[in-house]
Amino acid sequence: MLNTQQLKDLTTQVRRDILRMVHKVNSGHPGGSLGCTEFLVTLYNNIMDRKEGFDMDGIGEDLFFLSNGHISPVFYSVLARVGYFPVEELSTFRLIDSRLQGHPTTHEELPGVRIASGSLGQGMSVALGAAQAKKMNGDSHLVYSLHGDGELQEGQNWEAIMYASAKKVDNLISTIDLNGQQIDGSTDDVLPMGSIKAKFEAFGWIVIDIEEGNNIDAILKGMAEAKSKTGQGKPVCVLLKTVMGNGVDFMMYTHEWHGKAPNDEQLAIGLAQNPETLGDY
Amino acid sequence: MKTYTYTEKKDTRSGFGAGLAELGRTNPNVVALCADLTPSLKMGEFIKENPDRFFQIGIAEANMMGIAAGLTIGGKIPFTGTFANFSTGRVYDQIRQSIAYSGKNVKICASHAGLTLGEDGATHQILEDIGLMKMLPGMVVINPCDYNQTKAATIAIADYEGPVYLRFGRPSVPIFTPADQTFEIGKAIKLTEGTDVTIVATGHLVWEALEASKVLFEKGISAEVINIHTIKPLDETAILESVSKTGCIVTAEEHNVLGGLGESVARVLALNNPTPQEFVGTNDTFGESGTPAQLMDKYELNSAAIVLKAENVIKRK
Repeated sequence: MLNTQQLKDLTTQVRRDILRMVHKVNSGHPGGSLGCTEFLVTLYNNIMDRKEGFDMDGIGEDLFFLSNGHISPVFYSVLARVGYFPVEELSTFRLIDSRLQGHPTTHEELPGVRIASGSLGQGMSVALGAAQAKKMNGDSHLVYSLHGDGELQEGQNWEAIMYASAKKVDNLISTIDLNGQQIDGSTDDVLPMGSIKAKFEAFGWIVIDIEEGNNIDAILKGMAEAKSKTGQGKPVCVLLKTVMGNGVDFMMYTHEWHGKAPNDEQLAIGLAQNPETLGDY
Repeated sequence: MKTYTYTEKKDTRSGFGAGLAELGRTNPNVVALCADLTPSLKMGEFIKENPDRFFQIGIAEANMMGIAAGLTIGGKIPFTGTFANFSTGRVYDQIRQSIAYSGKNVKICASHAGLTLGEDGATHQILEDIGLMKMLPGMVVINPCDYNQTKAATIAIADYEGPVYLRFGRPSVPIFTPADQTFEIGKAIKLTEGTDVTIVATGHLVWEALEASKVLFEKGISAEVINIHTIKPLDETAILESVSKTGCIVTAEEHNVLGGLGESVARVLALNNPTPQEFVGTNDTFGESGTPAQLMDKYELNSAAIVLKAENVIKRK
């Protein structure tokens, strides 16, 4: 468990990792990664109950599934920074022969990754299977998943959302990153989805709002509440309102940086806004 | 010539159901999933005996494939059940990313494959599934020939670590393989010894190949019939050994000739021992409604077609 200052320091360092990773290979997805940095840093350090090391079955520990695999930069950085693999390996992101593929995969056996993701809309189904396996194994630990809001336009999600409540999968906490942006523009412009909260509630989920999804204290409080709602016969959804590109001013509040890397000058500005705290890789 | 007879006909899907039921009794890690087709897949016995190890997904095949992938994380061995069309084409990307690329130990069990699904017509008669599945890196593709072999294959794949596509069908077909057989993934079975032509067949076409060999024998042609129950990995040695003796080959499958067993065999021959080959399969077409027997006749997936192709290929030697 880290204190709030430690979490903030780690968040800043992860932001630097993200910017440097995508800059080096001039590709990758910084916007959504930066928006979910506080969440994943907090989740892995203070919310999930994790064992030392990594084994695929993950019996006796909480599990996490990233469904919106394009935010691999933040995922990889957090996995490395909490000790699943050496932080130096972040320098191989998207390079030939790397375990850090453009989108996460188990294929290269990178510790911490339990499923490939990137083709959207599949992660909740996988998380459901893992949650049901936990129940069969008498394992009281939880399964967490993260999804983009635009990703909810994929129909498979709604199969999974319907199934989760019907089968009372109440050891699952699925978080939706509500940044309101997707590649072609705002979600309201591309395909308005109405109230995501009302939809999840109509499908029988318990819904927790985290209005300030880039505020570590708000995340801690919201996720503690989400945890307290598990085991009550219903799946739990967290609606995490975030700012895409958070922490790098020119990347914020726009879809422009969904899948674009900063140039040298932009990198320097971004790094200046996020001073080194724990040492660059 | 060795001849095969049968006293009973049964559907291969019932072989799957019996194999799954046996796994329910012998392997506590085996779980089953179905997308609202349990009677068609003959899953009733497993469900009755192991209600806590069965997952009724509803009509949501994409979700089923993802849940199956997730169940492996925690040590379960999931067997998914639905029609072949909904087991493959409908959910190709889910299988590709969440199962094959993720290396998950899921057994995709597909009934009602091919034309012999019958009257429901082309929307349900997939003739492309072998191709779709064999192209996925790491996927094992199995198409057993009768009830006994399907039961044995179902049991065997539980002990294999990795994704498997198991294809079987709806109609009753002769049971001519032993009830007590041990199924060996990737090991072809030579059914008859012959010197003039090799016939390699998979699934329902294996019995037709045996029938064809009897007709050929009466015409003075000695056919070597090989049951290729595993299309991937293919038993290349068995095929090459046989054609080195016969010098020509006919492949037979209830599948499009594009992307099926025949093309896999052709590749092996092209690389090792170019050999005249003829193909029995559907010729880049969809199916249609009809009885299974009518359809197999109309699309020339029967013993008569195999005889004709065998005679043709011998002339090309």
